[in-house]
Order: sequence, then C-alpha cells, then structure tokens
Amino acid sequence: MTIERNTDIEIRLLIEAIYLKYSYDFRDYSGASIKRRIQHALRQFDCKTVSALQERVLHDPGMFMQLLQFLTIPVSEMFRDPEHFLALRREVVPLLRTWPSLKIWIAGCSTGEEVYSMAILLREEGLLERTIIYATDINPNSLEKAKQGIYSIQNMHAYAENYRKAGGSRDFSEYYTSAYGNAIVDSSLRDNVTFADHSLATDSVFSETQLISCRNVLIYFNKTLQDRAFGLFHESLCHRGFLVLGSKESLDFSAYADRFEALVKPERIYRKS
Amino acid sequence: MNGIQAITLGASAGGVSAMLHVFHCLPADFRIPVVCVLHLPDDRHSHLAEVFSRRLKRPVCEARDKQALAPGMIYFAGPGYHLSVEQDRSFSLSQEERVYFSRPSIDVLFESAADAYGPALLGVLLTGANEDGAAGLARIKRLGGHTIVQDPREAQVATMPQAALALHRPDHILPLNGIGQLLAKLEPTEC
Repeated sequence: MTIERNTDIEIRLLIEAIYLKYSYDFRDYSGASIKRRIQHALRQFDCKTVSALQERVLHDPGMFMQLLQFLTIPVSEMFRDPEHFLALRREVVPLLRTWPSLKIWIAGCSTGEEVYSMAILLREEGLLERTIIYATDINPNSLEKAKQGIYSIQNMHAYAENYRKAGGSRDFSEYYTSAYGNAIVDSSLRDNVTFADHSLATDSVFSETQLISCRNVLIYFNKTLQDRAFGLFHESLCHRGFLVLGSKESLDFSAYADRFEALVKPERIYRKS
Repeated sequence: MNGIQAITLGASAGGVSAMLHVFHCLPADFRIPVVCVLHLPDDRHSHLAEVFSRRLKRPVCEARDKQALAPGMIYFAGPGYHLSVEQDRSFSLSQEERVYFSRPSIDVLFESAADAYGPALLGVLLTGANEDGAAGLARIKRLGGHTIVQDPREAQVATMPQAALALHRPDHILPLNGIGQLLAKLEPTEC
C-alpha cells in the first residue's frame, strides 16, 4: 500500500514538474489513463520509480519530448467511424454551403488523418476552396507527421473501405501516390490547412469558426478540463456553428449541455443553440 | 465480506451465459453497482447491454465517459475502448493499446477500479480463453479488495481462471451458482 501511495504522489509531482518546466498541462487529464501511460513509459525508459523519470525529464528537454509521445495517444485513421462522415456529408454540408467562406477547426488533430478526411470530403462537395482548416495539436511530432501526410500503404485498403462507407464515390487512390511502401497524400489537400501548436488546457480561442471537430480527445480529460474545452468551442463557434465529437463522447455530463443541441445525436453532431 | 461498494466482473469465451447465470441469482433490489468487461469483436454498435437488460429485466447500460457509478446498475464496457474507473468513481474511456489483443481490457478496468475503491471492491473473473484479468485481479487483492475466481473445472474455458490462480490466491474459488449466491448475500453499504 505504501508503494501505491508513493506512486500516486510521484505522478502528481511529475505532472506538476512538467507543467512548471515545459508549460504542458496534464493536471486535469483523466487520472487512470495518465497513470497507465506513465507506468508504460517507466518500463520503456528503464526507470525504477516515477521520481527517477522526473529527474531525467526535468534536466533533459529531449527526454520530455520522448515522454510526451507516451502521454499523448496518436490513434487515428482516415474516415474513422464512416457513419459519422456520412452524416457530416448529408446533414451538415448542405448547411455549411450557406456561408460564403468557412473556417473549420480540427482540435487535437494528431497525425492528420482526420484533417485529410475532412479536406477530401470538402473538396468533393466543392467547399474546400472557400475553407480554411486550422489543425491543432499539443504534440509537435504528431503535427509534423500531419504536415507531411505520409502514411503506411498497408492502411490504405481499410481507409478506402471507410471512405466508401462514408459516401465517397471516387477511387480513393486518387488522393495519394505510392512510394516506398508509403502513401503520400495529395499535397493540394492541405493548401488551405494551417497546422498549429494549440493546447485546449492552456491556450485560448484564436478564430471564429463554423465547425469544430474534436474527436477522441475529450475522453482523456476530466470534467473540469472537458468543460474548459467546451467553453473554448462555444466561444469560437459562430451563431449556429457545428461541434462534432468522437463516437463515445457527448455533452451530456457537461456544464455546456444546454448551450448546444444535437443535430445527429448517434453521430455526435451538435449545433450551437 | 463486508463493505463492498462496487463489483467488477470479467469474462471472455463463454462469458455471456456465465454472466447471465450469475446475474440470475441476484435479488431484484440488489444495490451494489456491477461493472463488466466481456471481450467482443470490435463492432462499434454493441448490443450487450440491451441483450442483458432484456434477459434480466433490470437496468443494464453501456458505461459512458464521465458517467458516475450508480447503485442498482449493471454496466458493460462498450467495444473499441478501454473502460476505467476514476478516483471520483466515474467512468472514463480511452483508446490506448490493446491488452492481450483486447480493448476493452479486463486488466484495465480491474486495476483502475482497485485504485478507486481499494478494500471496498470485489473482483470476479470467469471463463475465458486468454490471460486478461489475472494481473488486475491480483492488484484488487493487493490493494485490500476481495476476489473470486470461477472454478476452472466448471468454466467453459479454463485458461482465464487458471491464469488468475497462477498469480494470486483469491478469497474464493467457486462454481457460477456459488458466485451468484455469494453476491446475492452481500450487504450494500453507503458509498
């Protein structure tokens, strides 16, 4: 029991140290998941205790960057949850057309799969030219990968299947070229994309937007931080703007529940009321 | 076994009928929340909660992110996400790597619930074809909680209970009937 208690204390100290030294704020992340990821990192870095890891992280920024790769979860795919993208195409796109120009924020874009999925959908609907997409994340390594848009060719078959289920009617291979076992995404898809470092935990709103997509990010936050994020989204969205979440995320337990209405509830598509 | 405030239940192959068997033993007014992980193929529309709810005629639902555990409820982890219990005794979901090829993982639920409930937790591991849950159950015991393993001789697939027994000595090794009767006798305590 003493060891358990020590570990919990050490984890809090590590999180605090990371905040003080590097301004990355994990203090309001869900505790159970953060604990598992730190313990996973301990094994990878061969540290006996969290305190030992803390010492290395404090004195070596390179070490912090490595730890950051464990603290963030880059799980993504293109057109993940195809029904979600199908609902976007059918229910949201017709309404998006009513704005002369669009700003879309992909919050927590990770390695970019969501960004390119959105860009493809908008291009097919003739909206990409008049859209600016802001793609933000806290992990600079993920952002770099997102900018490059290079993915394993092995995933493309599954992505093409997702794309088709999401209402895509073209040949998915039109959107990438193959080279050395990789799929390089058509770079014109990111002509209107701005990639930027932004933290939902510490930063503020940077633009007015018509649609915000934040999928499978909020599950890693506790209620306090979720509400901070919903607050930012509410402030950023224009009148009747759209908020779309991951398939297991909702506004139901949030202080912002009555500030949004569900447009397509099963697909987590909400609209600012 | 007193002061149990939550029960975690894990199973894999053969788990649906084993869990139904245990739940059929519970009285209608059973108050202690039960949280279940049953390994499933990755299909985002799981009907486990509906199936159990219909068969048991008691409230069963899929555990939702940030939802607080409530008395009298049976919760199931949905497919594709790990399910954890936080210190404030609410659920959280995550998509970390699979554990023993499984997401949701029994270990992830058991270990987080052990942290949240300590001695007030009862962990139960039933039939299954892999080793998920063994480490989690041992952790429940280490943090002062109570553990039950289905008798491997009775289990439809013995691998999971056997893996648990190889890691720690549980409070009880029982057939499904015995597990159900023991649970039914638990006195609820205020959280």
